[in-house]
Amino acid sequence: MASRYDRAITVFSPDGHLFQVEYAQEAVKKGSTAVGIRGTNIVVLGVEKKSVAKLQDERTVRKICALDDHVCMAFAGLTADARVVINRARVECQSHKLTVEDPVTVEYITRFIATLKQKYTQSNGRRPFGISALIVGFDDDGIPRLYQTDPSGTYHAWKANAIGRSAKTVREFLEKNYTEDAIANDNEAIKLAIRALLEVVQSGGKNIELAIIRRNQPLKMFSAKEIELQVSEIEKEKEEAEKKKSKKST
Amino acid sequence: MALQDVCKWKAPDTQELSLHLPQHGSWAVPRGCDSQTFLHVHGPRLAHGTTTLAFRFHHGVIAAADTRSSCGNYVACPASLKVIPVHQHLLGTMSGTSADCATWYRVLQRELRLRALRDGQLPSVASAAKLLSVMMSRYRGLDLCVATALCGWDHSGPALFYVYSDGTCLQGDIFSVGSGSPYAYGVLDRSYHYDMTIQEAYALARCAVAHAIHRDAYSGGSVDLFHVQESGWEYVSRSDAYVLYMELENLPESKQELQVETSQIYTEAATLPRAEVGEFSVEPEEVTPEDSRMPAETETL
Repeated sequence: MASRYDRAITVFSPDGHLFQVEYAQEAVKKGSTAVGIRGTNIVVLGVEKKSVAKLQDERTVRKICALDDHVCMAFAGLTADARVVINRARVECQSHKLTVEDPVTVEYITRFIATLKQKYTQSNGRRPFGISALIVGFDDDGIPRLYQTDPSGTYHAWKANAIGRSAKTVREFLEKNYTEDAIANDNEAIKLAIRALLEVVQSGGKNIELAIIRRNQPLKMFSAKEIELQVSEIEKEKEEAEKKKSKKST
Repeated sequence: MALQDVCKWKAPDTQELSLHLPQHGSWAVPRGCDSQTFLHVHGPRLAHGTTTLAFRFHHGVIAAADTRSSCGNYVACPASLKVIPVHQHLLGTMSGTSADCATWYRVLQRELRLRALRDGQLPSVASAAKLLSVMMSRYRGLDLCVATALCGWDHSGPALFYVYSDGTCLQGDIFSVGSGSPYAYGVLDRSYHYDMTIQEAYALARCAVAHAIHRDAYSGGSVDLFHVQESGWEYVSRSDAYVLYMELENLPESKQELQVETSQIYTEAATLPRAEVGEFSVEPEEVTPEDSRMPAETETL
């Protein structure tokens, strides 16, 4: 009966929790890891690619999507929910340009996505979106930005962050290793993102997808070869560091 | 909100995607008439007729206007202010129906202020122009008459847009609006260039409005002058139009300058062949190998 479905699904518990929102955050924790890094002249997004079935065409699974020429996002959680959010965000980017003649700022589109998510935690018969998003880009003023949203509709700016499965491990790694030197140049920032993902991704470079935006340039998706190149460089650096360590100890 | 109820205008929600066009039926007209014809025949005679101008140059944007508000053959107000500040870095010149202009500018102020609060910075002049033209184009066909030049300074420097109530939104360097605009355009086109000094710009604006007032019956009173710079807008002066025009008439240098220039143009054509002794034929149209020297000659004009 229609009247049954008019009741709000997200209601407060006696001790002030919104359980549906918290369950949505649990769903996010089941999704594959995504990491975002804000460099000085570059922003990097890396995601863990889930292994695809033998007969599946892996190019159809895209976890990093452009919202406009200067903004892109990665998500963790329910892919179908993400598709809806990304579509609404893309339309809003163009509507903004139409109404106001200027491209969206990264903060504006993050606020839009966050407001959209919050609406679904306070509407009749709807459940919250089960995704967290990492939104990166450059504004007109040339400053790089990284924002993270979660199913409750809050958003924060970050220097580096991770979402999804094992996000805690990756975030701890980033807290230790995100230094001024680490993001000194673009290449270093890219390597930091890959190293962070390699902490939790099982089979190395094959299961990593990477995208970057440099100032005044469109989104660039890395090919498998380019990722392999970075990974082998990282492994070389690791070996050299270990050699130095063993030399010191002997 | 009272204003919203009167205009039956809904603020565009950031979440909603579709533009809601108002129903024509919301205007109360007798059955069988369309609203535009009805208004033309029976509607109130509204105040029109003015001279306003705006131009952008290196040091900002100048806005100038006369101060006569006319209603048919009757001067409703000889000292009205036709340049409306929208915010610290944006002015609008008012032409058309005074009531419409005042109302829509208040609505525009509201929109810009809300966006500034939400986004942390004021929208650009291009945004403001776009917003105004979109808001007004929803009332197209209902006899709104607002012709305005938005003058402002934003992150892209001095900016100038012309917005008309049918939805036109044009970017440009010089605009003049109103019944006196043809006269003002003549004066502006003669002496405008982007690298003028501030004093030259003030003089040009005053001169253009004064000449328009001199010839246009619906313009008069005084000349208001505003200047939008990087630090914000400034109300430079209000000078009586008659006094200004008399000063321009009596100014010896400007008149002589004009005479000297025009005579030079005519004499130069005649003397050019003679200046290059023996190297040009009498007809200046003939192209000779020494033509490369001609540009240097004309530059000294």
